Amino acid sequence: MIKTDAVVIGAGPVGLFVVHQLGIIGLKADVIDNLDKIGGQCIELYPDKPIYDIPAIPECTGESLTNSLLDQIKPFKPNFHLNERVQSVIKEKDFWKVTTSKNKNFIAPCIIIAGGVGSFEPRKFAVTNSEKFENTGIFYSVKDKNLFKNKKVSIFGGGDSALDWAIELSKIADITLVHRRNEFRGAKHSSELVKKLEKEGKIKIKTPFQINSIEGKNKIEAINVKSEEGKIEKIATDYVLGFFGLIMKLGPIAEWGLNLDKKTIPVNTENFQTNKKGIFAIGDICSYPGKLKLILSGFHEGALAARACFKLAKPNETYRFEYTTTSKSMQERLGVKKSD
Amino acid sequence: MAKITYIEHNGKSHKVDVPKDLSVMEGAIQNNIPGIDADCGGACACATCHVYVDEKWFDKIEKKKDSEQDMLDMAFEPNKFSRLACQITVSDDLDGLVVKMPSKQA
Repeated sequence: MIKTDAVVIGAGPVGLFVVHQLGIIGLKADVIDNLDKIGGQCIELYPDKPIYDIPAIPECTGESLTNSLLDQIKPFKPNFHLNERVQSVIKEKDFWKVTTSKNKNFIAPCIIIAGGVGSFEPRKFAVTNSEKFENTGIFYSVKDKNLFKNKKVSIFGGGDSALDWAIELSKIADITLVHRRNEFRGAKHSSELVKKLEKEGKIKIKTPFQINSIEGKNKIEAINVKSEEGKIEKIATDYVLGFFGLIMKLGPIAEWGLNLDKKTIPVNTENFQTNKKGIFAIGDICSYPGKLKLILSGFHEGALAARACFKLAKPNETYRFEYTTTSKSMQERLGVKKSD
Repeated sequence: MAKITYIEHNGKSHKVDVPKDLSVMEGAIQNNIPGIDADCGGACACATCHVYVDEKWFDKIEKKKDSEQDMLDMAFEPNKFSRLACQITVSDDLDGLVVKMPSKQA
């Protein structure tokens, strides 16, 4: 059981900045994110794309913004729990018990949901029996490549993950790469290498084809792929890998008893608390009259939510409003060294 | 202003006026038309505003950029009339446009 002042759900820019706002007033944060890296949409969807509306930063990218925020919150040494999704949130007296998909437990007076549009999860096949074979015959990531040794593997997708795994696994397995277009969207050198391997007979490429059906009772025996014109071809297959990128899903948040409006959580604009005391929502996931889905709005929302957390985390202490420019205690928490 | 018809996968049709310069995605969201999620808010980064443009209209719309094609690869059951609604800007020329939504967005 990890005891902390605030569990922050989501390691995007807004989740990162609220760690700062909690930190300067002396509150400890633990940040949980389902992605394997810090940065949320900024890092997953647009690491190289420009952002022009962060105050005082004329231009940055999703990646550089993430790195700057990490730098800014470094003094507070937040704990990051990546690759974990928050499954349940249960009230225990004045605290909230938070349990993740890895069965890690947290106990905290405050939860700050900075979850964007939900957690990132792999996009899956949509054919009828694909769910039945998930994790036995169908995978959306590779954990142990030895599983595929000397097997027939069909890989779907046209991006870097699909190309990289097709190249890598072609050394040990019989690979068919299936993509719905003739062009691959992954790195140029990878797609050239894949085409070279095809010429050498080390990889089979099937384009433009999409999955149509999966055959097999207890294990996959073959798949059928279909072209845009409706032509169907059968491919003998032991394992299927799908790399269609990630999709955002609200997931278990919907089951925590919070009021929801479509995929957002209504909050009051005084402290960004939800309908549950001690649970706050900030950033793209919260909604209120006039809400703008901007990173800068999320920063403001976090500043107010953090102050509200203080009253719950330290009920016997008096909250004082201070400026980082002049506050000794804030500067100590920031690790500022006085030169005079 | 353009009259745009959005047809849900179940066949239910919604005809609405969409001001010019908005995107076809925004037209759907502002009118609470189901079937378009637009998770990323119109940044061409998620493929959850995927629509099938009516055959008659497809060539009248500005051509898609590579970034949109890349995202469409991720969409659910795309075909040659697939577009991302956030990348289609409404103009008077699109008055009468018809788009159909897929059975799901992801």
